Amino acid sequence: MKQEPLLQVNGLCVEFSTKNGSVRVLNQLDLHLLPGEALGIVGESGCGKSMTALSIMRLVPTPPGEISNGQILLNGDDVLQLTESQMEDIRGNEISMIFQEPMTSLNPVFTIGSQVSENIRRHQSANTSQAKEKTIQMLEAVGIPAPELRIDQYPHELSGGMRQRVMIAMALSCQPSVLIADEPTTALDVTIQAQIFELLRKIQEEMATSVILITHDMSVIAEFADRVIVMYAGRKVEEGLVRDIIDNSCHPYTQGLINCVPVLKRDPGLKRVELNEIPGVVPNLAQLGPGCSFAPRCHKVVDRCYQEMPPEQQVGENHYASCWRVGDAA
Amino acid sequence: MKYEYSVKVDDLRTHFKVHRPHLFAEQPTVYAVDGVSFEIEPGKTFGLVGESGCGKSTTALSVLRLVEPTSGSVELNGVDICQLSENDLRNYRRHMQIIFQDPYSSMNPRTTAGEIIRTPLRILKIGTPKEQHERVEELLGLVGLRPEQKNLYPHQFSGGQRQRICVARALAPNPDFIVCDEPVSALDVAIQSQILNLLARLQQEFGLTYLFISHDMAVVQHICDEIAVMYLGRIVEKADRRSLFLDVQHPYTKALLAAVPTTDNNSKLSFVSLKGDVPSPMDPPSGCHFHTRCPMAETRCSKEIPKLRQVLPNHWVACHLV
Repeated sequence: MKQEPLLQVNGLCVEFSTKNGSVRVLNQLDLHLLPGEALGIVGESGCGKSMTALSIMRLVPTPPGEISNGQILLNGDDVLQLTESQMEDIRGNEISMIFQEPMTSLNPVFTIGSQVSENIRRHQSANTSQAKEKTIQMLEAVGIPAPELRIDQYPHELSGGMRQRVMIAMALSCQPSVLIADEPTTALDVTIQAQIFELLRKIQEEMATSVILITHDMSVIAEFADRVIVMYAGRKVEEGLVRDIIDNSCHPYTQGLINCVPVLKRDPGLKRVELNEIPGVVPNLAQLGPGCSFAPRCHKVVDRCYQEMPPEQQVGENHYASCWRVGDAA
Repeated sequence: MKYEYSVKVDDLRTHFKVHRPHLFAEQPTVYAVDGVSFEIEPGKTFGLVGESGCGKSTTALSVLRLVEPTSGSVELNGVDICQLSENDLRNYRRHMQIIFQDPYSSMNPRTTAGEIIRTPLRILKIGTPKEQHERVEELLGLVGLRPEQKNLYPHQFSGGQRQRICVARALAPNPDFIVCDEPVSALDVAIQSQILNLLARLQQEFGLTYLFISHDMAVVQHICDEIAVMYLGRIVEKADRRSLFLDVQHPYTKALLAAVPTTDNNSKLSFVSLKGDVPSPMDPPSGCHFHTRCPMAETRCSKEIPKLRQVLPNHWVACHLV
């Protein structure tokens, strides 16, 4: 049986106007999220991962940004057609988001308690004492010790890992059906990162929340996500189940992303080996050619790549890639 | 003259006095680096790894006397730099350089790339201005930039290119020893591999000795010949690269390794994950600093400080239970 997607994005385009004309930062993006699923979005800085998240939340700064085309269907309704006040009912309630830097996304002059309960009071008709009770419950659920004392503390009194837990408590306080985590652990130590992912996994199972995880680190995706979308220069280049992508990736960019990360080995051997690298840098989005944006950095490039944009092709079950060289021998 | 060790750090301690919480309180001390010793052979890379706040960066800065160590000695090619006068130290800096984590904040945004790279040559008075400019162009080529890019400003470069400029600046006075303080942590994964390969290539070409600071076990495993794991100002385990990962001993190192996400299902290590945060270095736990988070801790661990002792060839560990 095919599951109905909870969230579906069709042909999303986002443009930013700059003094050199308009730049398309998201180009014809399609994605869907199934109930209870963890979807990873991976790519280098500037590939449009965070912009995808902001578009879904309708938080694209307008102007200069603008969602110029596409649909974002949440349970079948297009959120792009909603008024701002209808959107406010959805944000933090149906869809919530966790940001990268917990210190800059918490307000330093309000206590933890008031910030977490704000969301509860906004979306659930709870009075102050009910909201407080719920806040303590949430903080406890995300593993903050002594929550009844913590609610009166300020963000600077907590460690980075604790702050991120507060963000998660805030995001989950209204049992959203979709949780978007934008690089939630990039600013944290590996041991704390492991704790946060353990927590997210537990929450995902208990609350049946669907998660969109945005990161630049393929190994984080491998640990956490079920399905993954690889983005480059505002487009999706490959999509598939995590194991398929990691073991049999078809797009040279995905292969590059996987191979350039040093892998922790049980036996590293005596000699240092050279890392594979993706040469060059991410292209300027204002100066893209007609062909594949990855062509200048690609080791499998042929003339056609510069002339025509490769269409998305199915390469396996639930596995799609946009590359002219898919299927050719390596 | 050849030395057995390029760098020899002996019982290095760096303590900071911090503000009194109130007027009559005793002035608290942060034991950022508390008795760290290691040696680095010429042309090798020594890695320091640990969580934030474990003292790895302070160690890096103390080794170069960018932070004044409280006690201990640091020898570079047989010269104890802790005994040098201000003037001699400034001159001696041509032998030791540093690359910082965030390339953007470690460069003057109003200076061109060429001037940034020339600065150490100017300050150390190496060569005539004409020779200095030639050297700058040579260095740009070495780190994979084009000579004409010397007239651009930092904001005109990408993150990876900025880090290349910082590498060129560190190389300018032809040093023997470079401290790399998290040089790739702020970079994208694809760029990270480019910089790591560049550092490895330069090391081979010029016989450089690196002290490599990182929190990323996979990066450290990739680039270092010898590795020390730090926790709250002390080294808890030190070994050559192979031994550390094959025969990991200390429970903290095991936990760090278990926390690293990996794309490779087969290499997944199954250890327990750590609970809680790193304790405050202002008030570190008694005995073994790690006993509050250690899954194996016994009563003895909270009383006695474990000494670093050799358990295998080239493998030292500070734990009572190993």
